[in-house]
Amino acid sequence: MPTQALFGQLLIGLINGAFYALLSLGLSVIFGLLNIINFAHGAQYMMGAFVAYFCLQWAGLGYWWSLLIAPIVVGAIGIAIERAMLKPLYHLDHLYGLLLTFGVALVLQGFFRHQYGSSGLPYGIPAALAGGHDLGFMFLPNYRAWVVVFSLAVCLVTWYVIERTRLGSYLRAATENPALVQAFGINVPRMITLTYGFGVGLAALAGVLAAPIYQVNPLMGADLIIVVFAVVVIGGLGSILGSILTGFTLGIVEGFTKVFYPEASNTVIFVIMALVLLVRPAGLFGRSA
Amino acid sequence: MSRPPHPDPGVRAPALPARVPERVGEHAGAAASEKSLSIAFAAMVVLLVAAPFFVYPVFLMKALCFALFACAFNLLLGYVGLLSFGHAAFLGGAGYASAHAAKVWAFPPEAAILFGTLVAAALGVAIGALTIRSRGIYFANITLAFAQMLFFFSLQAKFTGGEDGIQAVPRGTLLGLADLRDTHAMYFTVLAVFLLGFLVVYRAIHSPFGQVLKAIRENEVRAVSLGYRAEHYKLIAFVLSATLAGLAGATKALVFQLASLTDVHWTMSGEVVLMTLLGGLGTVFGPVVGAFILIGLENYLSTLGAWITMVQGAIFVVCVLVFRRGVVGELGRLLKRPL
Repeated sequence: MPTQALFGQLLIGLINGAFYALLSLGLSVIFGLLNIINFAHGAQYMMGAFVAYFCLQWAGLGYWWSLLIAPIVVGAIGIAIERAMLKPLYHLDHLYGLLLTFGVALVLQGFFRHQYGSSGLPYGIPAALAGGHDLGFMFLPNYRAWVVVFSLAVCLVTWYVIERTRLGSYLRAATENPALVQAFGINVPRMITLTYGFGVGLAALAGVLAAPIYQVNPLMGADLIIVVFAVVVIGGLGSILGSILTGFTLGIVEGFTKVFYPEASNTVIFVIMALVLLVRPAGLFGRSA
Repeated sequence: MSRPPHPDPGVRAPALPARVPERVGEHAGAAASEKSLSIAFAAMVVLLVAAPFFVYPVFLMKALCFALFACAFNLLLGYVGLLSFGHAAFLGGAGYASAHAAKVWAFPPEAAILFGTLVAAALGVAIGALTIRSRGIYFANITLAFAQMLFFFSLQAKFTGGEDGIQAVPRGTLLGLADLRDTHAMYFTVLAVFLLGFLVVYRAIHSPFGQVLKAIRENEVRAVSLGYRAEHYKLIAFVLSATLAGLAGATKALVFQLASLTDVHWTMSGEVVLMTLLGGLGTVFGPVVGAFILIGLENYLSTLGAWITMVQGAIFVVCVLVFRRGVVGELGRLLKRPL
């Protein structure tokens, strides 16, 4: 086995893992408070990449501005969706939330596909991150190293905010018992809205990070999100640290599978999911129901 | 003094369609409701027998296959409250099996359809045994993941033909009597298959078995406390639903002489949810109506390209927000009869 190929696949695995982690983190945060699986997450990730593209085309704002603008814009759209459509469904079975976000995903993907086709639009690597380093055993492009480091940092900050700050403690308390937290004078409906916006913003951020690697494509989130669902189930729905760890780990496992048994690289995550569920139905880090 | 236990454990939120579509006109009495269902069934049979002489038969066959698929799906979501997001696995898996049997093994059509259906049943037993313990969103996600496994298997396996699928599947001669290359012979075969599947679902729902399923949907804990093995019932319903979805897929493969990746892709699982929701969850005729509306839309809006996805998504959103009873559910409410 040539080490070059091994490390190359390991890097690809880490990159995929970074996206799995960011996306499953957003899904987990949303699920924790809203109890719905956000099926539109893949579409919102795609919109993040498109906002980056528009920033560059229409306003001449580059990659670094997009990292800031895309999560805010897409997060605001998410907030509008939550207020207008998800809120009336909270008193119903949570599956209706899943079906609604599925419909929203279809609308968004259909719209962008109609406007921009499905072939993908190019988006360049920012000048500051062009080029790469020869590490001796492999060539490491700067941009890819940045994606891994930056998404890891975002994940850790999110984890810190939720697990170690006062705001995070409100959030965790509202996950446990919203009625009681509301009785203490905390505006839970607003917290739910902002949480959804935040989770959606994370997806958009992942979309901006992905734009220079995978191009800007209306369907870029459609199949990815199904894999991320499996990642979330393996990590345990609603578990913050679980989704970060399983995200990165499964990306690497997938990368290694590509080296040693390429036929299974697409299915390995689903196989792991089936095995995990047989042993631990609530996922690796989830609380048992 | 110990207080008597609370009569209703009430630990779980009611399952999905509870109290939404049914209960409509329950006071109408069992006999009256059975009568209105019989009338509606007779009307449907008459319409479907006459239809191929007025409407393009290939469209009708496609709609009938999907109607059966949606009825099978509705058995699970509407009557057990389980949302499977992986039903494409059974439709597409059976399609591949029956296409392979008909083309490579030269099975006659009835044997090919039977083989495809059995393969779907086997898939249903395997996937059901692994997933039936999970609930709600977990169940939806896990069935989705299993369906994706089958999708990637179909993409890579030799016999499925990858991106090309299995093409030019021979329709053959039914029971050695009727040449199915004739469109009308094929149509009435499909109609017979559909009616068979429809009646199986109807029978299952209106039997003691179906009553237990509804009890589990409304309050599983209580059903268990009354001595019903909820997991057995749910598994049987799941396998029955998978088998009938397979029957639809196996027939569809012969009608279009094609088994392809479209039928195992997860978007197909989403489409059947939409058909059932649009027609009316937990209604007998809802899935049929939903399938005809949606296939009709796809047929007549096919020139719009990507707009179709948007239209489907918008219908989804509207149905979930304001139209949760669906077409037939609303109709039943107006007529004060369960349909």
